[in-house]
Amino acid sequence: MRIELSKRPQHSTLFSVLSPFIALALTLVAGAIMFSLLGKNPGEALYFYFIDPLREVWSLHELAVKAAPLILIAVGLSICYLSNNWNIGAEGQFIAGAVLGSFIPVVFPGFQNWTVLPLMLIMGMAGGAAYAAVPAYLKVRFNTNEILTSLMLVYVAQLFNDWLVRGIWRNPEGMSFPGTAPFHEYAVLPAIWPDAGRAHWGIVFALVAAVVAWFMLSKTLRGFEVKVLGQSPRAGRFAGFSSSRMVFFAFIVSGALAGLAGICEVSGAVGHLNEKLSIGYGFTAIIVAFLGRLNPLGIVAAGIILALTYLGGEAAQISIGVSDKVVRAFQGMLLFFVLACDTLIHYRIRLVSALPRSKTAEA
Amino acid sequence: MGVIEAILLTIATAATPLLIAAIGELVVERSGVLNLGVEGMMIMGAVTGFGVALLTGSPWLGMLGGIVVGALFSLLFGFLTLTLVTNQVATGLALTLLGLGLSGMLGESFVGQPGIRLPNLHIPVLSDLPFVGGLIFGQDPIFYVSIALTAGVAWFLFYTHAGLTLRSVGDNHASAHALGINVIGIRYLAVMFGGACAGLAGAYLSVVYTPQWVENMTAGRGWIALALVVFASWRPWRVLAGAYLFGAVTIGQLHAQALGLGIPSQLLSSLPYLATVVVLVLISQNKRLTMVNTPASLGRPFVPDR
Amino acid sequence: METTHGPSGAGLLEVRGLTKIFGTLKACDNIDLDIAAGEIHALLGENGAGKSTLVKMLFGSLEPYSGTISWKGQAVRIASPGAARRLGIGMVFQHFSLFDSLTAAENIALSLADDTPILEIAEKARSLSKTYGLPLDPFSLVGDLSVGERQRIEITRCLLQEPQLIILDEPTSVLTPQEADKLFETLERLRAEGKSILYISHRLEEVKRMCDRATVLRHGKVVAHCDPRQETAASLARMMVGNDVAGATRPAAPAALGEELLGICGLSRKPATPFSIPLNNIWLSLRAGEVLGIAGVAGNGQGEFFEAVSGEVLQDSADVIRIRGKGVGKTGISGRRLLGAAFVPEERLGHGAAPRMRLSENLLLSRHATDRKVFLGTAGVIAKAAIGAATQRIIEVMDVRKSAPDPEAAALSGGNLQKFIIGRELDRQPSVLVVNQPTWGVDAGAAARIRQALIELARAGAAVLVISQDLDELFEISDAIAVMHSGALSKPMPIAEATLEKIGLLMGGAEPGHAHHSREVA
Repeated sequence: MRIELSKRPQHSTLFSVLSPFIALALTLVAGAIMFSLLGKNPGEALYFYFIDPLREVWSLHELAVKAAPLILIAVGLSICYLSNNWNIGAEGQFIAGAVLGSFIPVVFPGFQNWTVLPLMLIMGMAGGAAYAAVPAYLKVRFNTNEILTSLMLVYVAQLFNDWLVRGIWRNPEGMSFPGTAPFHEYAVLPAIWPDAGRAHWGIVFALVAAVVAWFMLSKTLRGFEVKVLGQSPRAGRFAGFSSSRMVFFAFIVSGALAGLAGICEVSGAVGHLNEKLSIGYGFTAIIVAFLGRLNPLGIVAAGIILALTYLGGEAAQISIGVSDKVVRAFQGMLLFFVLACDTLIHYRIRLVSALPRSKTAEA
Repeated sequence: MGVIEAILLTIATAATPLLIAAIGELVVERSGVLNLGVEGMMIMGAVTGFGVALLTGSPWLGMLGGIVVGALFSLLFGFLTLTLVTNQVATGLALTLLGLGLSGMLGESFVGQPGIRLPNLHIPVLSDLPFVGGLIFGQDPIFYVSIALTAGVAWFLFYTHAGLTLRSVGDNHASAHALGINVIGIRYLAVMFGGACAGLAGAYLSVVYTPQWVENMTAGRGWIALALVVFASWRPWRVLAGAYLFGAVTIGQLHAQALGLGIPSQLLSSLPYLATVVVLVLISQNKRLTMVNTPASLGRPFVPDR
Repeated sequence: METTHGPSGAGLLEVRGLTKIFGTLKACDNIDLDIAAGEIHALLGENGAGKSTLVKMLFGSLEPYSGTISWKGQAVRIASPGAARRLGIGMVFQHFSLFDSLTAAENIALSLADDTPILEIAEKARSLSKTYGLPLDPFSLVGDLSVGERQRIEITRCLLQEPQLIILDEPTSVLTPQEADKLFETLERLRAEGKSILYISHRLEEVKRMCDRATVLRHGKVVAHCDPRQETAASLARMMVGNDVAGATRPAAPAALGEELLGICGLSRKPATPFSIPLNNIWLSLRAGEVLGIAGVAGNGQGEFFEAVSGEVLQDSADVIRIRGKGVGKTGISGRRLLGAAFVPEERLGHGAAPRMRLSENLLLSRHATDRKVFLGTAGVIAKAAIGAATQRIIEVMDVRKSAPDPEAAALSGGNLQKFIIGRELDRQPSVLVVNQPTWGVDAGAAARIRQALIELARAGAAVLVISQDLDELFEISDAIAVMHSGALSKPMPIAEATLEKIGLLMGGAEPGHAHHSREVA
């Protein structure tokens, strides 16, 4: 048996819509097999992963808390990936945003009024954008591979943050635990409905960002520019678009969104800066971006699904004792299936029996 | 043992996993495939190597396990990118994310357990020679494997017909196909070789370098190996030079931390990563060097017509 | 089955009922073909007639759907190029199957299956290439070589396998007339040694001159077997196309040409990549009403020249390039378009059009700046309806045939996509049009239509610059022809003075003062 691909004359609209669902279904099947191998009842495990977290209002709030950074980051990444800029350092930009956004409440704790929060959000975006501008600059100026540089800067950002919260920014009253002092009330991103749960304004920012990005990508010349330069750079240059400016645009927008996600996480979900401020949002957002087929509206749905796996992981650990490490394996599998199913959009796949055709004169 | 000798020895152990993984990736990229999943294959090799060594009591079997699992894991990548023609960058990332996730899950019970270390070579008399004895005759066996691997790959690529065929596939897969060369088959083999090397490099980390299992213990070494291939402009001996340079930076910052120079340890720890960025910038400035040496088909999808 | 009135050699290759289907398209439909030992057999047909598909099946790179191939009377299956080589079939590809980063000798070694030491191969290649008048240096990097030199490597590689049948796919399309003559000598010599040649071409004169028999394909079917020496070029063309193809009619250029619309004053450019050609002090003046042709062998700087003129690559000084009197050397392609210039690059998919985008989106590609008011609303929102209407207009004017209302560019045939791309620019009524290889890979009907449109544009008062490797085309449409060689441009020669021979010599770099800009400069 061998697999043969034949290119479709046009991409298949049907499979553009179906492929993420096929991928999800395959992931559930593979997940069920994995849980069986771990000695758990697969039905029960999948229930705790995907249904249980949806049953309570507070839990839906938790879902929004986790989905907000994923969506914000993935929307930015979609612009990068559509324009063929491989920013995989969103995790670092997330941290950079969190750190710079925390600057005012940590360094000037006495400065307390209503301007603090807007300033923090702006500085968070600026921090993420500036950090993303580094690989962009190196790519444009020196032709340096942005995949490797953006990733290396993740480790640098993590170590730098670690140094801050254990060193000069450490809360002196924190009993030598790493982390800054808790933010004052003006520096906290408020919950939307404090009585119902923890969901903060980050999820609103995420939805707004998704809608704006969707409009930009599908309706405007700028969106056209993103797609042309991503698909065929020479045709883009022929159109008079500048690929250098696009590199900066894509990196800075995605960096700013990642930075915004970072400061929202610190200021909304946690309330102070600490050493483990991300649970890998920057990397999981890559999966979100692809599961959403790089469409900002699809990314909203994909972000919620991936947020669900985080919550489900916690729920499953508590109720049936499945390690929370399973979550990341699960997410990795999902991305694999998504990429494999995307092949169906551009190719027809046939299984060809090897026997009758190739038992030939090949000496 | 003198201080300098000790430092040189630790540099070699820091460089060896980078060298092995990078040499494997070099072969993959020479065939025109960009596999960004080195980090994921390495960490799978690390968890397998540690686990097999622990369960069987044999570090050698641990190394073998790392090789086998690395190669099998790379097949996933090969199937997607070569048979299903998925985007190589995205699929490589997926391999890394999956590897990090799976290894964390598989290795959970290994955390905190003492590992079994592969003993160093000891040849009576020779290994005890002052200074050179330890460096040349007293290192761990995989160190010698890594040097032989470099030499072997250099010879294979530039002095054999099979190596020429592999380079031709990386240069222009359409031409190679027209000549009747089995492009996909060769790329599968190259990808599996890369996976085996990454697996071995990972097992080296958990069985020789620090005989224990820690989640994410590869700590970006797979990515540094990828950068080394670019740095070396796809030449095996330059990979070796690059790996030892990075080994030196890594060990240098560790010693600086131990000396307590007043520089925060986190900032010193970020040196190898910053060095990677700097080195990449320096090398990519030289356009002639990178453009002539970059395999022209690198990362491009290939669908044969039949 | 019509058969032989050529040389009385024994049958070498016999093809019966060979068919190949791609999706729903019958690329080759029930093909019969006989090749005798010691003959040069022409395979004629338009672009898309199925010639390449047929020879790929003979060389084992495509699998036939049905039909039989017999070699020296034995039925064979040719499952791979390796199998074809073992039988004694060699092939010289049109778009060479060479490797830029390898040396000539390494390229040759790749198709010799055994582990012969590279030095031995180099020696063999050197002596064999000398014997056949195909000089080459085995240790040069292929990426550094000219197209003619690359072809010599291909032919040498093929001959080293000692084939009995050599398939040549459009070999003269990349050569100067003089180089082509040399190639014919080589081929005649091979025929004298008893080897057979399957010669694919659409150049009828050379087929008439050299080939013993011809098989003509149209829409994947054999429409005739004939003796080309008994036919006229017109009768051969009729067999290929199925009806008479009118050449473009070229009304006389106006007695007094208009103002200068495109001026190039001392354009030079360093090589952008290790394998590209530097441009060397190019001067040119193009007036309203005129079609100027630029001839030249592929890879002599035409692409680099096009990029510089279009503004995809900028110059250091504004006055190097003038459009309608304005210095635009530092102005990008959109700015040049706003002054009334339009550009059509050589590569359709990936340069002139984005393959995976719809025709309407591809319309926006080159016109978002010039037609901003019509195609874009506030804040850069794309006006879908206006663009759709313009797309429809172009499709109708240029008679673009397509399978869906607004298909992706890659889904169109080469000829139809080219008609759309040219139509996209003509629709703007540009005052300057620069087009590189306007009818490359386009069928005869579409090519005639495109050529006529270019002439009409000029006669309506525009300046048209046509870069082409097809001399017949340039002689058909140009008022004057200049030749590009090694990045330098000769003085334009009025069409009345130009002959194939004079232009051919210039293409070979023979003009005094021209030969010095040889490739060693790079």
